[in-house]
Amino acid sequence: MASAYSKDLLLTMYRKMYLMRRFEERTQQQYGLGKIAGFCHLYIGQEAVAAGVNEAIRPDDYMLSGYRDHAQPLARGSHAGMIMAELFGRTGGYSKGKGGSMHVFDIEHHFYGGYGIVGGQIPLAAGMAFASRYRNEDRITVCYFGDAAANQGAFHETFNMAAKWKLPVLYICENNRYGMGTAIARVSAEPEIHKRGAAYNMRHEAVDGMDALKVYDAVKDAAAYIRAGKGPVLMEANTYRFRGHSVVDPANYRSKQEVEDERKNDPIPRLMAYAIKQKLAKEADFEAIEAEVKEQVDEAVKFADESPEPHLDELWRDTIVEEGEEDVRPRERVLGVKVDKWPSYPSGKDLKVTWDLEPREQAEKADKAAGLK
Amino acid sequence: MAELMYREALNQALSEEMERDANVFLIGEEVGRYQGAFKVSQGLLDKFGSARIIDAPISELGFTGLGVGAAMVGLRPVVEMMTWNFAILAMDQIVNNAAKLRHMSGGQLRCPIVFRGPGGAGGRLSSQHSQALESTYAHFPGLKVIAPATPADAKGMLKAAIRDDNPVVMFEGERLYALKGEVPEGEHVVPLGKADVKREGKDVTVITWSRMYYFCEEAAKQLEAEGISVEILDLRTLRPLDEEAILASVRKTNRAVIVEEGWPLAGVGAQVVDIIQSKAFDELDAPVLRVTGLDVNMSYAANLENAIQPDAPKIIAAVKKVLYREGA
Ligand SMILES: Cc1ncc(C[n+]2csc(CCOP(=O)(O)OP(=O)(O)O)c2C)c(N)n1
Repeated sequence: MASAYSKDLLLTMYRKMYLMRRFEERTQQQYGLGKIAGFCHLYIGQEAVAAGVNEAIRPDDYMLSGYRDHAQPLARGSHAGMIMAELFGRTGGYSKGKGGSMHVFDIEHHFYGGYGIVGGQIPLAAGMAFASRYRNEDRITVCYFGDAAANQGAFHETFNMAAKWKLPVLYICENNRYGMGTAIARVSAEPEIHKRGAAYNMRHEAVDGMDALKVYDAVKDAAAYIRAGKGPVLMEANTYRFRGHSVVDPANYRSKQEVEDERKNDPIPRLMAYAIKQKLAKEADFEAIEAEVKEQVDEAVKFADESPEPHLDELWRDTIVEEGEEDVRPRERVLGVKVDKWPSYPSGKDLKVTWDLEPREQAEKADKAAGLK
Repeated sequence: MAELMYREALNQALSEEMERDANVFLIGEEVGRYQGAFKVSQGLLDKFGSARIIDAPISELGFTGLGVGAAMVGLRPVVEMMTWNFAILAMDQIVNNAAKLRHMSGGQLRCPIVFRGPGGAGGRLSSQHSQALESTYAHFPGLKVIAPATPADAKGMLKAAIRDDNPVVMFEGERLYALKGEVPEGEHVVPLGKADVKREGKDVTVITWSRMYYFCEEAAKQLEAEGISVEILDLRTLRPLDEEAILASVRKTNRAVIVEEGWPLAGVGAQVVDIIQSKAFDELDAPVLRVTGLDVNMSYAANLENAIQPDAPKIIAAVKKVLYREGA
């Protein structure tokens, strides 16, 4: 049977996954050298999720995440050197070194940030999706969060509203089975997170998060459903982080055997093996990609190393917007690249809101049913 | 000029700004079909429809965060808190997200949102429903915090807040909603960050905001009869503080009393004292005094509730003390 996937898709996904992996291996190394500090959470092992999701949605769809947020913007096409510079706390970083590892923002690529409060980004995503609906745009919002975040009030409060108002948002729960050192089953009445969607009348499903193609297929389908206005989707990607919760966590709460077993499932060789078996690519194709990515990551580290520390004057910028002040466009500021994809929003004068959140007749019917006037 | 109630002035501001800019929408509990828990949004649902006047479920954290997300991509939400007591549940979204987005993104994002609702104590509601929380929010860089006292300021400052590109936290006076005052029609915008001399005087400056302003007026009237001339400075905005106006008035009268409804520790008034003593110490003829709510939880019992809050007699006593009059 011929593969349903193009060579281009497979190689693109492979390139991105390999980039995420190499980038973060170098991140760990640079942390060890003292160039990176603070909390630093690696995505190693989970790459199939970001790769599958990103190729299945549109570049102008909104995306946001938690604090494990280096890899997802890389998949979107963010500049590796600028992310590394952010981790170094340098002026060449996306946030001029003010955000660090947990707060990567690349608005040009519609990546609306990493957030350090577990679950805090979940309502934001609903708000962004609300805005798309309000303006009658057909873009969707993709929001990543972890399994532990599903036990936060923010999850439940938001899901209720998102489903009731049919907001165009895709929630991806990356279930790597642990919230820090706590196995999710130990603290969750329902550890299969996706099942909680049922409580909100919301489409929900699980997918093998170690297989980029399965993620890709599932997200393609879900995105079409959401874009058609049918409401939000909760997708649980079952995955595994090969490293500790953050780079300083030795992860003694997991057995060696468990980690070894999971490593056999490494999504990167898995995708390669598939492509070769389907005769869509040869080993030489992958070798070429790997060499290019290695060079890209070397350059990223060099870029970060050469970028200066922010000037102390920066302390007083970027807290309050002064009247008429422009937003900062990082690639323009750092690389001198002309940025024409910067999102611009219709002024309130041109905007016509046609959407009816709760049609009057419907509300009145509900009143009648309840025996009200 | 029309005489309007404080709540009507707010309603007018909302209505005018929503007409002017379709990016503006209102979300909160009971704002739509119920016409507002305190009737601030009366009539707006019919005018603007259910996508712009949104009845939210009782999920303060959730709908506040939804508003912040919408602001991140260019809408201009107004989030109504039924009262600020319940907004404590939403504090994570206001403080950890709205206030910090621009900084954490290195200037890529802005968050043009207004969080507004009634604040302040009183009304025999006991501890959980009866507190002045503005100093809590004034603590955080990235937010603007406002608390207008009069209907005219309420309208003008809400309009300015909606047009501001920063998150603005607005405390309305729960006990001021029915208060009447002259309100200019149409384009009346009161700039944020500017205090207002509500009463000119020469012997002492009384610095205050929101509902406490009325107790200060009452005290000033009584003191006038005794030959004491009180200047009342209404701060209006608590972040950023109008240092210039504070210093100008204190330099004129050489004495100051600060009247604050909330608790004394880490209150806004403490910061005002710091501004005065560090920048106008040589011009002071007496130590600066503060009249604040007592450092206790609010009680239900009528006499206890009264004893906890500042009032005109307490203000009069403080003024006399800084003037070294009787009782000093
Ligand atoms: C509100 C809050 N509580 C606690 C923490 C500390 N903390 C950071 S990450 C984490 C575990 C979260 O796990 P999960 O949501 O499953 O995401 P994962 O790390 O597995 O990707 C905890 C407890 C926090 N950052 N925020």
